[in-house]
Amino acid sequence: MKIMAIEASGPVAGCAVLEDGLLIADYNVQYKKKHAQSLVPMMDEVKHMLDLDLSTVDAIAISKGPGSFTGLRIGAATAKGAAMAMDCPIIPVPTVDSIAYNLFGTDSLICPLMDARRQQVYTGIYEWIQDGDAPDGMRFSVVRPQCVIPVAEIAEDLNARGRFVIFLGDGVPVSREALAELMKVPYTFAPAHLARQRAAAVAALAYAYYEEQGDACMVTADDFRPQYLRLAQAEQEHSERRNFSLLLQ
Amino acid sequence: MMNQNLKEKDVAILAIESSCDETAASVVVDGRTVLSNVISSQIDIHTLYGGVVPEIASRKHTERVTQVIRQALEEAGKKLEEMDAIAVTYGPGLVGPLLIGVSAAKGLSFATGIPLIGVHHIEGHISANYIAEPSLEPPFACLVVSGGHTHLVLVRDYGEYEILGRTQDDAAGEAFDKVAREIGLGYPGGPKIDKASKEGDPHAIVFPRGKVAGSRYDFSFSGMKSAVLNYLNTSRMKGITVNVPDVAASFQQAVVDVLVTHAADAVDQYGLKKFALAGGVASNTALRAGMRQMCADKGVDFYCPPPILCTDNAAMIGSAAYYEYRKGQFSGLDLNAVPGLRLGQR
Repeated sequence: MKIMAIEASGPVAGCAVLEDGLLIADYNVQYKKKHAQSLVPMMDEVKHMLDLDLSTVDAIAISKGPGSFTGLRIGAATAKGAAMAMDCPIIPVPTVDSIAYNLFGTDSLICPLMDARRQQVYTGIYEWIQDGDAPDGMRFSVVRPQCVIPVAEIAEDLNARGRFVIFLGDGVPVSREALAELMKVPYTFAPAHLARQRAAAVAALAYAYYEEQGDACMVTADDFRPQYLRLAQAEQEHSERRNFSLLLQ
Repeated sequence: MMNQNLKEKDVAILAIESSCDETAASVVVDGRTVLSNVISSQIDIHTLYGGVVPEIASRKHTERVTQVIRQALEEAGKKLEEMDAIAVTYGPGLVGPLLIGVSAAKGLSFATGIPLIGVHHIEGHISANYIAEPSLEPPFACLVVSGGHTHLVLVRDYGEYEILGRTQDDAAGEAFDKVAREIGLGYPGGPKIDKASKEGDPHAIVFPRGKVAGSRYDFSFSGMKSAVLNYLNTSRMKGITVNVPDVAASFQQAVVDVLVTHAADAVDQYGLKKFALAGGVASNTALRAGMRQMCADKGVDFYCPPPILCTDNAAMIGSAAYYEYRKGQFSGLDLNAVPGLRLGQR
């Protein structure tokens, strides 16, 4: 099973290749250059570096969102074009889950924070559970699925759970002060090499899905679409107007 | 033995267009023969909002892009591997929508090794004439009129353009949309005004023919649009019922007059023998008739693609790309969308 993974949901552009559980390439860049210019050249460089015959790739994994709308679409359209040409399926991976998956085996709760602007974060809560039936005796578990909420709301949720928390993600720098005020339980922040979106984590989590679910974790290139977790602003206003006029009736 | 009929291999190009609200793909051979021309329009969705919403358009493009490409290949009876190049519009246009076509094209090019050609949207519109009239070759002049563009261009050679004039404010099609909204015809304005005008008197109301000081070929449509709004307001205040077909016809006549007059001036000054029309507004029946008449009066050959090649489509992009292909002008995998791309800029 060979998976090529793409990450373009936030500040990181990334491409990784995982072959039967072995990570053979992981290329991530967080710099000024835009994903529109960097992502495909990075994939091409990985291809050349590995002498990769693309016909041997079984699936393209992608960080499906939430995140930057534009970044998600650059990743999605690239993945769809490549998967169509390579005649292979896509494995969509929830972005917040993949960030959490950077950490392994901890007793703490894992809470990624992505800056969603408008005083909100894309976030979720995850944990590792000891489980004799799981590979390596540990199971990655979603405690609260990815969502978009104010940082105070996720802090309240975490406080109620009464456990140590590890925060990570590009939402950390903008939320630090708020967390210092809001958090009642002890917490820390993941170090630099684990703290952002990473193509290898997308690839590894996609592989875990495949081992668990087989083909059920895959969609066709045509069917794949990003998960924004937010309506377009015009749709939002349109539905608010409609709700308001229903209210008046 | 050399076979006289043995020409070089045909060049088949897969072209993709997503600069506004149409997701389109096409297979074009040698720049002139269209094997397929698939256009997936989002107009129903944007009509809800009275205009194109970039974020919604971008989302729809993302959903549709590979289906549309697949359909274009299927209808052409071709396989992706048989393509000699993958062409895509990279500007000008709305950045979100442009990025979908560009990213999908790069994904295809990366995965197949087929070379990539970034195409200018306006070059595409001009090139629609090569498809409609296989004998047409540069030099000629072209008036490109659409919702986003109003350009008067000299086409000196394939891929070589001189812009004589452009709009200084609204594009002609944009003015149509805004006026249509004000007189209650709704979106999209161009076809609705065209239709309503058929019932109206184009000389009922005299709207000003916008001029740009010191520039013979530039256009201005915002003054014309404001004049319509003023007329509507004044009528409303005086309690006069507005005759919508008359307003539509008179406004349309003002726009057409300006476009045709500029085109006629260019014919006179440059001694042109061939004149082409392009862009979405080239489907407007009054503009077509006005241009055809002007060209006939001056003994100039007139070219205008059928409506299906005037609206945003990918066949025109495949045609423009062919002439880039012949020059060996390819794009790298770092090709980005350039929303403000100027004609002749690389």
